[in-house]
Amino acid sequence: MVNLGDRFRDLGRMDALGSQESALHRLDPRAKVLVTAAFALVVSSFGRYEVSGLLPFALFPVSLAILGEVPWGYLLKRIGLALPFMLVLGALNPVLDREVLLHVGPLAITGGWLSSFSMVLKLVLTVASAVVLVATTGVDGVCQALERLGLPQVFVVQIGFLHRYTFVLAEEAVRMLRARELRSNGHGLTHREFGPLAGHLLLRTWDRAQRIHQAMLARGFDGNFHMLRRSSFGPRDLLFLFAWCAIFLLLRIVNFPMLMGSLVSGGG
Amino acid sequence: MADALLSPAIGGIMWAASAAAVARSSRKIQQELDGNRIPLMGMLAAFVFTAQMINFSIPGTGSSGHLGGGLLLAILLGPDAALLATASVLVIQALFFADGGLLALGCNIFNLGFLPAFVAYPLVFRPLATGKAGQLPRALAVLLGAVVGLQLGAFGVVVETVLSGRTALTFRAFLLAMQPIHLAIGLVEGVVTLSLLAFLQKARLELPRPTEQADTAGRATVALGLLTLLLGGWVAWYASKHPDGLEWAIQRVTGQSELQGTASGWHGRLARVQATTAVLPDYQFKGSQEGSHAVTSLSGVMGGAMTLVLVAGAGWILHLRKRRA
Repeated sequence: MVNLGDRFRDLGRMDALGSQESALHRLDPRAKVLVTAAFALVVSSFGRYEVSGLLPFALFPVSLAILGEVPWGYLLKRIGLALPFMLVLGALNPVLDREVLLHVGPLAITGGWLSSFSMVLKLVLTVASAVVLVATTGVDGVCQALERLGLPQVFVVQIGFLHRYTFVLAEEAVRMLRARELRSNGHGLTHREFGPLAGHLLLRTWDRAQRIHQAMLARGFDGNFHMLRRSSFGPRDLLFLFAWCAIFLLLRIVNFPMLMGSLVSGGG
Repeated sequence: MADALLSPAIGGIMWAASAAAVARSSRKIQQELDGNRIPLMGMLAAFVFTAQMINFSIPGTGSSGHLGGGLLLAILLGPDAALLATASVLVIQALFFADGGLLALGCNIFNLGFLPAFVAYPLVFRPLATGKAGQLPRALAVLLGAVVGLQLGAFGVVVETVLSGRTALTFRAFLLAMQPIHLAIGLVEGVVTLSLLAFLQKARLELPRPTEQADTAGRATVALGLLTLLLGGWVAWYASKHPDGLEWAIQRVTGQSELQGTASGWHGRLARVQATTAVLPDYQFKGSQEGSHAVTSLSGVMGGAMTLVLVAGAGWILHLRKRRA
């Protein structure tokens, strides 16, 4: 189960990235959450066959990844993990939609190819923006933003607990799976074994979660997570929010790749 | 469900629906706030989150499966806490692993959280689960509850996807692909949920019980949710060949089929500039009759390449400035 351990190492890495220091990290989490939401909204508003109009939107994740010092390899890996599902779904489009929509030289491009390319492009853009958001804000930051944007407090505390207990559980799970693997002589895990295995995991974690909760209560936990970096929404955050929203709107209304393309090729 | 398959209109509607459901459940949980339940919710959510990543082999098929956990949480925690727990798992997955995405979060919470907890659990599991734990009627109730939950979830995905109009799949084709697969997935989910419940029974783990109460407002919400879904399915059946909702709305409002049409004044002015800057004048390619809808020519390809170069260049400049700073 290298897979499981790997995934949780990624989780830890994301937290480490989120607690770095940069101008972008210091922005109010609310500004970053809102801009990322606006980005997803605008990107998904493009029609089924749109490809060229989507390309300039790469500017957002690319520039934020650089400013926020998100490692490229990490970003690409995350996108790569999300791709297969969309590739399978997108692969059907060229078969189903064979209407030729445009010609590039001798190549006839069908609507199916355009729409599946558009889907993959949207996936890459939205995944990249989500990764950059968490890598520059951290889960605690995002939770704080969600709470201050009006999400119910119980729900935000729930997300916080999930995030914390996940590390407790992952450790136990990896240990149990390794122990099983070493004794199983190469046999895979069957559904019969899954019940008791997962059940034991639940029992162990339940015990630990109770101890942790008692310890938290003993230290004065009152149902709130308190943040060290409690920022206020300043002019810089407002500028960040409005500048990016203006850019998104401009890119949505004016198709710059087509404009530039027609400037050099003379075609409409 | 993923962002790339959604139109903003459908994504927004599902966000509103899920936000309302989460707000309602949060209020109820806050009211009955019992110190032990909050960490229990967090712990069980973390358990489901971890267990989802443990794959096991399914005998006779050569494929593998994993736990979904929607029904399990509903049985252990009650529907309100189960919805919050599932929703929190989906939020973490969307943020950390970029599974689904932010816009699709509303759909995912509805399909994987609301439908199992507020439809499959109260309408299928509860009425059928009459016997004691470990007896046949209860086992069947778990199996059926899991199957119904996943069938509804799959149906939700189909409806939301087709109404968004981002794939070429028709409603019929997508439905026929999704439902049978999720029948199998639902059975696996049922069997795994059953074996976990049996283990907990044997271990005599005393989890704080959810307070069970008849809930008329809940029933009404459920009925409304189901009605929405069925109505959506019915609309999708007819609309599957249409453009998406937003484009349709734009068409209705402006009488034009594309937003770009508003920039036509610009195009006229630029046409003159274009004549002098064009590298490849008169080198045009034929578009199709649906040309206005699509990227029509070489221009798109060349402009696209230039855009990527520009983005990369902007990135490089930022990178250099950052290093100097």
